Amino acid sequence: MKLSFFRIAASVATALILNSCSNSEVAPEFNPNDKGSIVLEFDNVMGNSNFNLNSTYQNTVGEDFQVDLLQYYVSNIKLKDDKGKEYVVPQDESYFLIKEADVASQKAKINNVPAGNYVEMTFTLGVDSLRNTTDISQRTGVLDIGVEGMGKGMYWSWNSGYIFFKMEGTSPTINSADRKFRYHIGGFGGYSSKTINNIKTITCKFGTSKATVRKDIAPTVHTTVDISKVFNGTTNVSLATNPTVMFSPFSVNVSANYANMFSVHHIHND
Amino acid sequence: MKKLLCIFLIFSVIACAENSELQPEIRFVVPQNFPAPQYNLAKNPITTAGFELGRALFYDGILSRDGSISCGSCHQQSSAFTQHGHDLSHGIDDKLTKRNALPIQNLAWEKEFFWDGGVFDLDLFAISPIEAHNEMDETLPNVLEKLRKSNKYPQLFEKAFGSKEITTANFLKALSQFQLMCISANSRYDKYIRKEGEMLTNEELQGLAIFKQKCATCHSGELFTDMSFRNNGLQIGNPEDKGRALITLNENDNFKFKVPSLRNVVMSAPYMHDGRLRNLEGVIEHYQNGVKDSPTLDNILKQDGRLGIAISPDEKVKLIAFLKTLTDEQFLKDRKLSEF
Repeated sequence: MKLSFFRIAASVATALILNSCSNSEVAPEFNPNDKGSIVLEFDNVMGNSNFNLNSTYQNTVGEDFQVDLLQYYVSNIKLKDDKGKEYVVPQDESYFLIKEADVASQKAKINNVPAGNYVEMTFTLGVDSLRNTTDISQRTGVLDIGVEGMGKGMYWSWNSGYIFFKMEGTSPTINSADRKFRYHIGGFGGYSSKTINNIKTITCKFGTSKATVRKDIAPTVHTTVDISKVFNGTTNVSLATNPTVMFSPFSVNVSANYANMFSVHHIHND
Repeated sequence: MKKLLCIFLIFSVIACAENSELQPEIRFVVPQNFPAPQYNLAKNPITTAGFELGRALFYDGILSRDGSISCGSCHQQSSAFTQHGHDLSHGIDDKLTKRNALPIQNLAWEKEFFWDGGVFDLDLFAISPIEAHNEMDETLPNVLEKLRKSNKYPQLFEKAFGSKEITTANFLKALSQFQLMCISANSRYDKYIRKEGEMLTNEELQGLAIFKQKCATCHSGELFTDMSFRNNGLQIGNPEDKGRALITLNENDNFKFKVPSLRNVVMSAPYMHDGRLRNLEGVIEHYQNGVKDSPTLDNILKQDGRLGIAISPDEKVKLIAFLKTLTDEQFLKDRKLSEF
């Protein structure tokens, strides 16, 4: 009897503590008409290590390699809140070019997001087919193919279309004078004839934490992007065998691999 | 004789005066016998200032790395804007490209560009020759920077687009405006078909009838192309150049190339995507007895248990007589399209 009383008391206490814990996690009331910002940070990593340009890594098939260029488009971002409501970032503000060589580019900041507790994000790795075929005047900012560091270098002029993901580097296993590998992955499905489509839609759940967008809170969603998955996955890619992957059927294997690079690591709500 | 000369002079003065009055206004007009254009003119309304800017850019070597190559280098007006006498077009540093330069004419009616159709919007076309290492070997950002620093261009952009700011879009749209105005629709054939008083000879008319029967499946309509991609049975030249398959990655498209228009065809020799055939006789001989079978050879070239198209020597003469009626002297000599 006594024991059971203690049990009950303990469980009530536990419940109270738990409750108060979860209470403290619930953000204060907010006005749903408020707007705030959110930052989606893309942190390139290599397996369990940090990722740096020109450092030596090894892929699953045992080849050493170094990367000297890495950049990719993230676009068409959608955020879902804890009530299942989706916020679609306006098209014209929804294109980002994430570049390893440019730290600022790795933080995609989105303004005018309705206040809410966000639990999931969905985005396109690459550029949607519509923007690949739209009028040149709609291709500004990171999509401007006439501006260095923007669309320049991320576009195929002979086969109209954006390069979604570009990675270049060297590997001693490659049998050529410069030992270069060049992975330029694109292909939006074709204009008048169907062809490869490497557009990847990625959904990342935030797990147990929420991104609490408020008038005065701009959360940062810290996403790790595991570059080792470009070579490792359903297809374990050998650089010696495939030093150049551009507009080709093989590129589909690479994009299927790299679609699994993203995972949300943590969220700062401040 | 003197009287005649006098009258002639008076006429030419009037003609000149009329010309100078007519010249300023550039307007895009769809020829009566043409279908509706493919290009969306609403997104790039053609103006005189836009056209003039486009013309200046088209003929300016500033688009190339060392100033030596302009669009006009490989697209010469007198050859229907192709590169006269070159099988493969000839770019910077004496480098050759892998294909024969296509004419710049009636591009408003085309929806895909290049022999393989890799570019689907005229506005996106120029980037490729500018950046190709064997053509102009320049970068688009650099071209824009050179234009911004020039004495001439900021003003021309302001006139054309209302702002001195030189953007990627305005640069490409100006080039399109010039190219869209390269309309060839005043050949003898056109004037005959529009009943403008032009008569074709019996030989030419017979040639037209043979053409309709034996060539017009692919070279159809008033543009003399169905805009499709086909393998016309050429012996494989450059095995790397798989044509349309480079764009679709579909092996059923191997060695298919765009069916070109035949307007001004006499003036745009040599022929085929790699310029391998020097004259029209050679082209007709190819269809007559040179067609090679392959998995993607067009069905139309393997009918009735034979390869190619049966064309008699007499028909060949008549066909060529007809094809000559597609030459548009007015277009080839139009001052408003010329470099100077």
